[in-house]
Amino acid sequence: MSESYEERLRSFVGRELVPAKPGQDPVNRPMIRHWVEAMEDGNPIYLDDEAARATGRAGVVAPASMIQAWTMRGYAATMTPTDAGGFGELVSLLAEGGYTSVVATDSELEFHRELVPGDHVSMREVVESISPEKNTGLGAGRFVTTLKTYRDQDGEIVATQRWRTLRFRPATKPAEGAAPEPGEAEQARALRPRPAINRDNAFWFEAALEHRLVIQRCVSCKALRHPTGPCCPECNSFDWDTVEASGRGHVHSFVVNHHPRHPAFDFPLIVAVVELAEGTRLITNLVGVTPEEVEIDMPVTLDWVDADPGLSLPVFRPVAQEDH
Amino acid sequence: MSRTAPGPLSGAAAIAGIGATEFSKNSGRSELQLACEAVLAAVADAGLKPSDVDGLVTFTAETNSEIHVARNTGIGELKFFSRIGYGGGAACGTIQQAAMAVATGVADVVVCYRAFNERSGERYGLGQADRAMDTTADRAAYSWMTPFGLSTPAQWVAMFARRYMHEYGATSEDFGRVAVVDRKHAAVNPAAWFYGRPIDLAEHQASRWIAEPLHLLDCCQETDGGQAIVVVSAERARDLPHAPAVIRAAAQGSGKDQHMMTSYYRPQISGIPEMGLVGRQLYAQSGLSPDDVDAAILYDHFTPLVLPQLEELGFCARGEAKDFVADGNLEVGGRLPCNTHGGQLGEAYLHGMNGVAEAVRLVRGTSVNQPEGVDNVIVTAGTGVPTSGLVLGADR
Repeated sequence: MSESYEERLRSFVGRELVPAKPGQDPVNRPMIRHWVEAMEDGNPIYLDDEAARATGRAGVVAPASMIQAWTMRGYAATMTPTDAGGFGELVSLLAEGGYTSVVATDSELEFHRELVPGDHVSMREVVESISPEKNTGLGAGRFVTTLKTYRDQDGEIVATQRWRTLRFRPATKPAEGAAPEPGEAEQARALRPRPAINRDNAFWFEAALEHRLVIQRCVSCKALRHPTGPCCPECNSFDWDTVEASGRGHVHSFVVNHHPRHPAFDFPLIVAVVELAEGTRLITNLVGVTPEEVEIDMPVTLDWVDADPGLSLPVFRPVAQEDH
Repeated sequence: MSRTAPGPLSGAAAIAGIGATEFSKNSGRSELQLACEAVLAAVADAGLKPSDVDGLVTFTAETNSEIHVARNTGIGELKFFSRIGYGGGAACGTIQQAAMAVATGVADVVVCYRAFNERSGERYGLGQADRAMDTTADRAAYSWMTPFGLSTPAQWVAMFARRYMHEYGATSEDFGRVAVVDRKHAAVNPAAWFYGRPIDLAEHQASRWIAEPLHLLDCCQETDGGQAIVVVSAERARDLPHAPAVIRAAAQGSGKDQHMMTSYYRPQISGIPEMGLVGRQLYAQSGLSPDDVDAAILYDHFTPLVLPQLEELGFCARGEAKDFVADGNLEVGGRLPCNTHGGQLGEAYLHGMNGVAEAVRLVRGTSVNQPEGVDNVIVTAGTGVPTSGLVLGADR
């Protein structure tokens, strides 16, 4: 991305995206009633004056978290937006950078006073910051943080809202024709974390793309080794080749991951250390088995996951009963 | 284990001061400020001035360089500065560096420190999955794990824990007992995050899964804070306000076929050979045996790896740590009072440095859970990584 693009983005910091404009309707009981019904909020202080007075209030109040509702632009303006304004300009500029998707990530609200029927709220939105490009589970993107200031008819602040969205380039979808797990619908999802490929491990991941599980072998003393490395720890030879694994092995240990949940995986996720028949071990996933069914020493056999066009990984599934 | 004559490092240096910030989840100030506060508190505790300090040691993981700490705290010239790698494995290694510098006359007053906003800033617990990528050997090592979804410290430790359970018949309750005793100690320590909040085994068992077989309550906290330790010669320490915590032994260890948190490729993965290596050095240097050790600060980022530490350090036989713990030996009145500050599960996760400070308090006789008659305390650093350990002793 050119420097000038960065500068153009930076010029938005401090700019007004949405000018202060009063909401279409003042705070009113019918909208409050619709909202609390939909939210199944039974607190009587929103609809019953007497109940509200019993709490020391003058009468009913609007739910605090309704604040956004009072200044929403409404159905017509949403369907046919007329005024691009600062907001439209920023969206276009982000689209120019490829950030065409959006997801809201944070909303921090601070309430200064309760609203009552008759109040007329306006909202102004200003850009606080636009982050450098970050790699996220959804794809590369930028966090756009704005401050929305809500004021009443007298210009007094009633609430503020720090609003953060991630504007991102959607991650690549899995390749057409990649064989999905039976019963597992192919869907757009976050990519698995990338391996850091260097001169000492590239051959292993390249072989995996061809669905070959290889084991590094010292040319000099024939010792097998994994994880890969440039030098044989047995004889210090730097010469190596590979052998292809039989694909048979057994579970040496395993973990069932619950938290944190990386968006590339289904949870609970089984990660195992499998000892191959050849004697080396590797970290892998177990498929075709539930966490409750996994046991240490369980015999397993090689399978493949084509995680995305750039990444195929060896995984293991239990050996079918008739096989052993 | 037979006694031998102490080595030349043993008894040459002592810890004369300790200092820390409060331990919180959101310090509200910079990591450099935390480091400066901790260092100044430790120097004051030693009865010294910043200008007396001529050496600084910290972790490679530390973001506050020696020069920034020195410049901001009024420490003048530095004759010695050194850093230890491998995360929490560095904790006792920093003290070893300082002790060697003091023992050889390279420096006179060395402060070891560690400070971070580990909870409100970059949290280790969130894992390596989406960390920025380069292709150094250290980074490439993650290629064998993160594409499979194995990316957090809890997950890495869980793999060892499952195998340990399989080989020795240990259960989740056996791990839970470590958490319960830590939290019991933390509950009476006003500096501990979990002050006043003990747990029982049922609560441990009911806590949610993080990475089976680890429950939430098997995992240490994440903390903002700083801790510093002042090391001087034993001779000089005798002229300072506090009773010296003499460094009887200080050792580092990296095992054969060592990986960072994932040494899964050794013939056996139910032990911690690098900790065994540290333990053998500690006993050889100090001339002490496990029988001479009165209390222990065992690194407890996750409960399961406390058990094999007891075995590697010779307090019980292999596979028997679960019984050693269940028999109440880690309690204040037990054979080996352990993590009397509450550990990293109960007090704070300061990469092991708060444990070094607690060992000093045990030797001084000022722990909030002070056992009777503590002469020698063993301290360990991070497990699963190249690590380190100390024996601190009373000056008698």
